[in-house]
Amino acid sequence: MRFFTDTWIVFSRAMRLSVRNPIWVILGLIQPILYLSLFGPLLKPVAESPGFPPGDPWQVFVPGLLVQLGIFGAAFVGFGLVAEYRAGVVERMRVTPASRLSLLLGRVMRDVIVLLVQGTILIGAALIFGLRAPLASLIVGLVVVGALGASFSALSYAAALTLKSEDALAPLLNGLAVPTLLLSGILLPMSLAPRWLELVSDFNPIKHIVDGIRQIFLGEVFTGVVGWGVLLTAAMIAVGLAVGARTFQKETS
Amino acid sequence: MMIEARGLSRTFRSRHNDVEAVRGVDLDVTEGEIVGFLGPNGAGKTTTLRMLTTLLEPTSGTATVAGCDLAKDPVGVRRRIGYVPQSGTTYPEALAGEELVDHARMYGITTGVARSRGRELMDRFELDGVWDRKCRTLSGGQRRRLDIAMGLIHQPGLIFLDEPTTGLDPQARANLWVHIRNLRDALGATVFITTHYLEEADALCDRILVIDHGEIVARGTPEELKQRVSGDTVELTMANAAAVASAVRVASALPGADEPDTDGTTVRFHVPHGGQVLPALLRQLDGDGAEPLAVGVRRPTLDDVFLTLTGRSLREEPAA
Repeated sequence: MRFFTDTWIVFSRAMRLSVRNPIWVILGLIQPILYLSLFGPLLKPVAESPGFPPGDPWQVFVPGLLVQLGIFGAAFVGFGLVAEYRAGVVERMRVTPASRLSLLLGRVMRDVIVLLVQGTILIGAALIFGLRAPLASLIVGLVVVGALGASFSALSYAAALTLKSEDALAPLLNGLAVPTLLLSGILLPMSLAPRWLELVSDFNPIKHIVDGIRQIFLGEVFTGVVGWGVLLTAAMIAVGLAVGARTFQKETS
Repeated sequence: MMIEARGLSRTFRSRHNDVEAVRGVDLDVTEGEIVGFLGPNGAGKTTTLRMLTTLLEPTSGTATVAGCDLAKDPVGVRRRIGYVPQSGTTYPEALAGEELVDHARMYGITTGVARSRGRELMDRFELDGVWDRKCRTLSGGQRRRLDIAMGLIHQPGLIFLDEPTTGLDPQARANLWVHIRNLRDALGATVFITTHYLEEADALCDRILVIDHGEIVARGTPEELKQRVSGDTVELTMANAAAVASAVRVASALPGADEPDTDGTTVRFHVPHGGQVLPALLRQLDGDGAEPLAVGVRRPTLDDVFLTLTGRSLREEPAA
């Protein structure tokens, strides 16, 4: 079908550009590896404190890092699209018969593949540092990285295509990213938080997704927390792709 | 008919005010023509172009482009047209040849065919050795020729070029003109080109549409447009006041001439076909013993046309 062919063409072009310039893939990995090596050891004493969730500190921390990779690895891809827009690439692609949705999905697919590679390396590093978790749970962790990546990369492209300027995109993304990170319990679990802070964080879907993966890393699957995590992850993908698709199908003036 | 548009309009709505960028444009372009769309920045050129290339929906009006209805079959239009936007077409970090092939594949062309066509187009546009180079390493002129090759990769019968030579140095511009003329002369394509350079419209186009404030204010061949405005300017430099007086008398008697202006010993007036009336004029002045010291005839430029039509000079507009 044309749609799949078009998506593949957009994907392979984007992938080729990423492979040719892998510096961004490497830079994207440095941050989580730094967290793993420089922040992870601090968790040992914290894990003794009351309120810290059950399990080894690595089982608590690595799910957070995976979610962080999924979100932050994808949230800034819009900058690349602004550059493409400025070069006229988006415009000239829109005057071909190719499906508008393919122009989005091909790029999102590239981002997901890059994130899966980064996620695999991150998990490998975490195993070296001392993470012990069932293999299936690690795979679930990777799937969530890809799923959140798809959602945030589509949202980032939608924002980029609407704003068409790095100067407008940067404050928007930073403004959203910092509170999302702080209220997600990615670095320290929200169960350590005072009551009011925990309540506020309940409104952040990312927090529930992180909690879900933490349970899975402990080998628990059929719990309400995991169910919520799965549901919210699916909802994030749906919202991200819907917003992205709408923006790409809309005319851009 | 390659393009047939009726009452094409586009209003940009914002919270505070509506901007009527294009108001009721009618245009017809026949096969094999090079038509220039001339106007200052902000006149509505690019908005019209974006409507004709399916990028913007008209607020009202209809158009048939390359045989397909703009509203009912935009994908049909996209298949049949080539579009070279002002901003370019290629990503700086991508390899030129790969951009050509990927672009072709979006039209359903196989990789093999795309490669051979891409090579041919690179030959045609003097882009030897560019295939494996990153687009950012190309010169401005090369990059622009690559853009045009991108727009031609699916062999469209109709090509839209938006301000193709903006930002190029004079040599690169002249070179690009040759290539644009060849689109029609060698490939038989119809070319629709927007520009705010009068020399460009004059040098390239069979027909010109002048747009100002979203409306077409004049249309015709460059010659017709120039003819219609003011005729040629004739300037005579005379020896003394008596000679000036006889020059004014003789000039104002010429058919179609306007009232001459005098400035010291210079007499200036406008007359159709200035070159043709000159011999008789000189003979008459000779007979009066008022032989001019110098004679000049200046053909009208499109700038004169624009000035007459709109009361403003195109050159007052800042370059994009």
